[in-house]
Parts: sequence; C-alpha cells; structure tokens
Amino acid sequence: MTTTSPPQPGELSLPARPGWPDRTGHFGVFGGRFVPEALIAALDELTEAYEAMRVDPAFLAEFARLQRDYTGRPSPVTEVPKFAEHCGGARVLLKREDLNHTGSHKINNVLGQALLTKRIGKQRVIAETGAGQHGVATATAAALMGLSCTVYMGEEDTRRQALNVARMRLLGAEVVPVTTGSRTLKDAINEAFRDWVTNVETTNYVFGTVAGPHPFPAMVRDFQRVIGDEARGQVLEREGRLPDAVLACVGGGSNAIGIFTAFVPDDGVRLIGLEAGGDGVDTGRHAATITGGTPGVLHGARSYLLQDDNGQTVESHSISAGLDYPGVGPEHSYLHDIGRAEYRAITDAEAMEAFALLCRTEGIIPAIESAHALAGVMKLGREVGGRGAGGRGDEPALLLVNLSGRGDKDVETASRWFGLGDREEVDPGPGLDTDQNPTEGAVSNDEAVAGPDAGEEL
Amino acid sequence: MSALGNRIAAARAQDRAALIAYLPVGYPTVDESIAAMVAAVEGGADVIEIGIPYSDPGMDGPVIQEAVDAAVRAGVGMRDVLRAVAAVAAAGAVPVVMSYWNPIERYGVERFAADLAAAGGAGAITPDLIPDEAAGWLAAAEEHDLDRVFLVAPSSTDARLRSTTAACRGFVYAASTMGVTGTRATVGDAAEALVVRTREAAPGLAVCVGLGVSNGSQAAEVAGFADGVIVGSAYVREMLEGRGADGVRALSEDLAKGVRA
Ligand SMILES: Cc1ncc(COP(=O)(O)O)c(C=O)c1O
Repeated sequence: MTTTSPPQPGELSLPARPGWPDRTGHFGVFGGRFVPEALIAALDELTEAYEAMRVDPAFLAEFARLQRDYTGRPSPVTEVPKFAEHCGGARVLLKREDLNHTGSHKINNVLGQALLTKRIGKQRVIAETGAGQHGVATATAAALMGLSCTVYMGEEDTRRQALNVARMRLLGAEVVPVTTGSRTLKDAINEAFRDWVTNVETTNYVFGTVAGPHPFPAMVRDFQRVIGDEARGQVLEREGRLPDAVLACVGGGSNAIGIFTAFVPDDGVRLIGLEAGGDGVDTGRHAATITGGTPGVLHGARSYLLQDDNGQTVESHSISAGLDYPGVGPEHSYLHDIGRAEYRAITDAEAMEAFALLCRTEGIIPAIESAHALAGVMKLGREVGGRGAGGRGDEPALLLVNLSGRGDKDVETASRWFGLGDREEVDPGPGLDTDQNPTEGAVSNDEAVAGPDAGEEL
Repeated sequence: MSALGNRIAAARAQDRAALIAYLPVGYPTVDESIAAMVAAVEGGADVIEIGIPYSDPGMDGPVIQEAVDAAVRAGVGMRDVLRAVAAVAAAGAVPVVMSYWNPIERYGVERFAADLAAAGGAGAITPDLIPDEAAGWLAAAEEHDLDRVFLVAPSSTDARLRSTTAACRGFVYAASTMGVTGTRATVGDAAEALVVRTREAAPGLAVCVGLGVSNGSQAAEVAGFADGVIVGSAYVREMLEGRGADGVRALSEDLAKGVRA
C-alpha cells in the first residue's frame, strides 16, 4: 500500500472541480436553496468557511492525515474473477470502501464536516441516518473530535438497523427515533432540519449525502471524490487504461458522486448509477428516484423526486434502508439530464441475488446498498461482455464498481430474506433459494448449500 | 394595488394591528376546515392564511404537522385550496395562501397564480422559497397582481433584510424566534428587535409577526410593535382538540381584543 505524504504548504494540488454548481449552488435547473430564511445565515456561514477551509494547507494536511491514519485510506481495488464469471465475460474491479473504518464511504464526508464544525466554533453536531452508516460515522467523528452528537433516525429504520443504533449509542451519540410521516430517512431529515433551525447557534448539521441545500451537494462531493480520484489512479496504474464503466448505487448519491467525479471528464467511461427498484418500478413500490420520478423540490433543493399529483412526497420502498429515500442529489439529476450518467433500477430480488453471489464467490459480504451496484454490473457485463476497451472488442470490458460498504449491519435482513433463521416459518427469497442453482451458480463448484440448510452439518 | 397591504393599512387607520389566522385546508375534512376559516373571520380575523397541506413541513412543529399529515393522507389538493380561498373572500377577509414550494411548483407556477387570482386570493406566503429562487413566482405574481410574502428571521443579515423586503408585496413575515411553529409561553425580545431592524430596511412595508403567539395578551404585546399578528398553532390546536369552528371563533374574539388593546 502506498502512503501519501500530507501536502506541504505552497504545493497545493487540488484536483480540478467540475464546472458545476454555479456560485449559488445550481446544477443547471437543479440544486439551489429551498429552505426557511432562518437557515440562510448558517448556510452562508458554512459556505464561506468551507470555501476558505478547502484550500487551507493546514486543513488539507489534517484531512489527509485522518484519511490515512484513521480511515485507512487509500482503500484498495480488488479484482473479483469468480464473481465476474457471472458478468458475461467482463472483468470486475471493486473499489473497497467497505474496508474503511466504520465500514462504509460515509466516514470520508464526516471527517471533513467535523473539521469544518470545529473551524466554525460549534460544539454540537446533528445528523440524519437511514441505514445508520452515516449516523455511525458521525458519532465516530464526534467522539474523535470531542463534539456532542444527536442522530435522527426513522423509527422504522431503527428496527431494521438495530446493530447500528447500538453502535451509535456505544460511541456516545444520542439517537432519536423519528415517528412522523413514513418514519424513514426523509422524516429523519425533516426532524434534523427542525433541530438545526432551533439550535443553529451552537449546532452544525452534518449532512450525509450529496442532497440538501447549497453548499451540501458540492461540499459532500468534494469530501467523497477521494474515492474516484484514488480509483482512477489505481486502475490506470494497474491496467494501463481507464475502465469502460464505473458503477455505484444511488440513494442520495454520495458514494456514486464520489467515484464518478474523477471520471466525468473521461468521455469514454460510462457512468452508471443503480437506484433501488424495490418490488419493481412498475409496481410503484420502489425508491428509483430518477428512473421513476419527476423534478420537484424536496429537502432544500430542486431535483428528481417521487411525488404525487399534489406535489406530496411519495413514500419509497427498498429492502435497503440506505437507498430508501424518495429524493436524490441534484448533481445526479443534472448528470442524467445532460446525458453524462445513466441511471437504472435494481429490484430487491436482483440485489439480494448479487449479495449472495459476492459472499459465496469472493468471501466479501457487501452492504445491501452496494449489492445494487453489484447487480448492476452483472447486468451490464452481460450486455457488453467481451467488448471492452471502448467497444473495440479486443479485450474484456473492464468494469469498476464502488463497493460502498460492508454488510455486517445487514446480516439480519439477509438472514430473513434467505430463510437462514427460523426454517419453519420463512420462505426464502430469490437469490439463495432451496435449490441454490437458479441463482446462476452462487457457488460455482456445484456444492451449493441450500439456503435453509446452510447451518446444518452435511 | 395590494389587497393585504390595504387591509393592514385599514387596521392601522383604526390604530390597531391586523389579526392574521392560519388554518390548513382539509383538517379534519375540507368542509370543516373551511367552516373554521369562516368562523375565524366572524371572530375578528382580518386575513386568513390558508395552508396547503404538505408531506414534509420542515418549518412546522408537532401541532401543525399532525393536522396537515391527516390532510395529506386524505389527498387534499389545490382544488380544495381554491375553494377555501373563495369561501374566505366571501366571508369578508383577505385570503392568502401559505404553502411550501413543491405543491405550487407541481401545480405549475403560472397556473397557480392565474387560478389563485381568479378565486379571489391576495397572494401567497412561501416559507421555504427565498426571493433568490423565486424568479418564476415573482413574474407570475406580477402578471396576476398578486402579493408575495417572504420571511425574515432574527438571523437575517441587514443586507438580506433589504433584499428580501424589496421582493415582498403586501407585508413581510417576521419569524419571531429561531425555530419551528408552535405556541410558546413568551414571545421574546427577539421579535421586537427584528421588527425594528426590518422597518429600518423597508420603511414602507408592513411587518407582521408570527411563531409563538397563542392568546390575547401575547397578541396585545406583539400588536404594540408590529403591523400584524399571525397566529397558527393555537388555531390548529382548537381543531385538533375537537372544538372546531366554535373554538376557532372564540379564539379569534380573544385575539381580536388583544390586537385592539
Ligand atoms: C453502504 C452504503 N452505501 C450507499 C448508501 C447510500 O447513500 P449514498 O447514495 O449517499 O451513497 C448508504 C447509506 O446509508 C450506505 O450505508
């Protein structure tokens, strides 16, 4: 592993930022600020402090040190050939954000925002969380930096992600279950904004994704772009060429923007975001915001969202708590509309099939969120297969997937899905059914352990 | 010609502040909410803030959330809102719509302005739309001669007080405290300080104060330094606790005495 030495004063080499958003946070027609006036002063303060901080050599050195010594960056890139046997002949590389401290990409952003919190002299942070990964990361950074921390989490999600609730509490954070609305991430965001507007003098809102009002989408992108900056260099160094496509799951969109940004200027590299298709986009029970939504305003920005004819937000559905959100970051809406990125929906069943496959072929348990990206690469691989290197067809396609997090938090959900728990009562879901083989060789040596028998001696 | 501005000026001519009552459309039903708005007018409200229910009311506290949540679930939409606007106008008060931005954007800004004007509405209060993002609404409001009310807050800088009030027509909504809607035991000094600063920024514009006022004596206190007193959660609580139109009328009478004290 290479270690990067902290930048020295005077030798600032920040990677080029995209030409968007504009000064007021607009990505074309998307983004902006749709918030009560009471929050404008705090958002202006954050914007100003952030713009000063992001070019401050002392900050950059501290941030680089934390990323290296605390998070464990750079995260490796792992080729997964046995998994790739199910991807139509393409080669698959994983960017291993699951190996970061706290288990996902969320820590990248939180360390940046926690340093910013200290810089503006506030002692308390608040955060929203869906899967709990952003809450855990925020609680972690708060413990590290001596800040007090309150995390809002939909009551429904506190049940789905009980392990992460316990982790946050161990780390000293207060976890507030939110009982309004659909009791999921969108309502946790509403509650966090209410807390912020009331306590803004002492409190900074550490937002968890590339959504929300300006400056959050641009700032969180800057903190997450390390994923793609590293990966682009790693792939070039190892392969001598760029990948044909870069894939990532999209909830609010931070891990996807994080890996996309470095590749945006590389016209030959396809950027593909995988949204949560739930039961299927045509059933209406999904969280595929760009695929199945329309432009509107939610949580402080204009972007695609799931809404009804009255402009009410529609509740989203996904097996993945971290993707179960009816909005999406404005930069994704923009990348979609200008045609630079593609967005596709992956159903719960497809994601769980890919989840099981990666576990059994490569010994890596992914977050269910990330499993959506894995399902996306299985489909894409079968479409492009051997036609890599920009479609010239002289070598297999090289596909880079952001493995945004690890699946420890999802073990209970997966056990229920696959019927690994109470055998009498549970019908195993697709992907690890009793025959195992219909999952297209989740175990490729024909020694599949049928789901419900997985715990038995053979 | 501003319908809101005129009504507030008429109150001032009587040496009192205007009483502005907020009620959301559709709680507990559309008809009962309209009856409550009419009762608020009968009790002495000058202006009714007609709330469009919204699924994600980020600026509202638990009382208003509870009522609008029920209305959202019942599928209340713009057609119901426009019916309430016409009923309030017929009852003799000035109807102004209060809406988070997305329901208006979804309906279509131009269509909203045209239909609101046709129903007799004075304009709209937009709590999560700042003038910086409001070009489309300002143009449509101008075309249909509608008032537009934006918010200022204790945290607003003097520069923002100037730019926000410059975009307002009718009045400017001074959010008295940093926080969400809900009744409070005291109104606090921040409200008066904000009104003074806002008047300096815009000497010709009426300044109305909202957030936290719930009874006649608080209304009297606010009426001592503002052009209008906005009451929301206290009205909604009358509805939530089942006192309906009668409770709303009685509250209006109490508050109407307050703004005349
Ligand atoms: C592992 C993991 N991946 C992805 C996400 C989705 O967030 P985003 O789209 O912002 O990357 C989450 C959110 O909780 C997550 O925990």
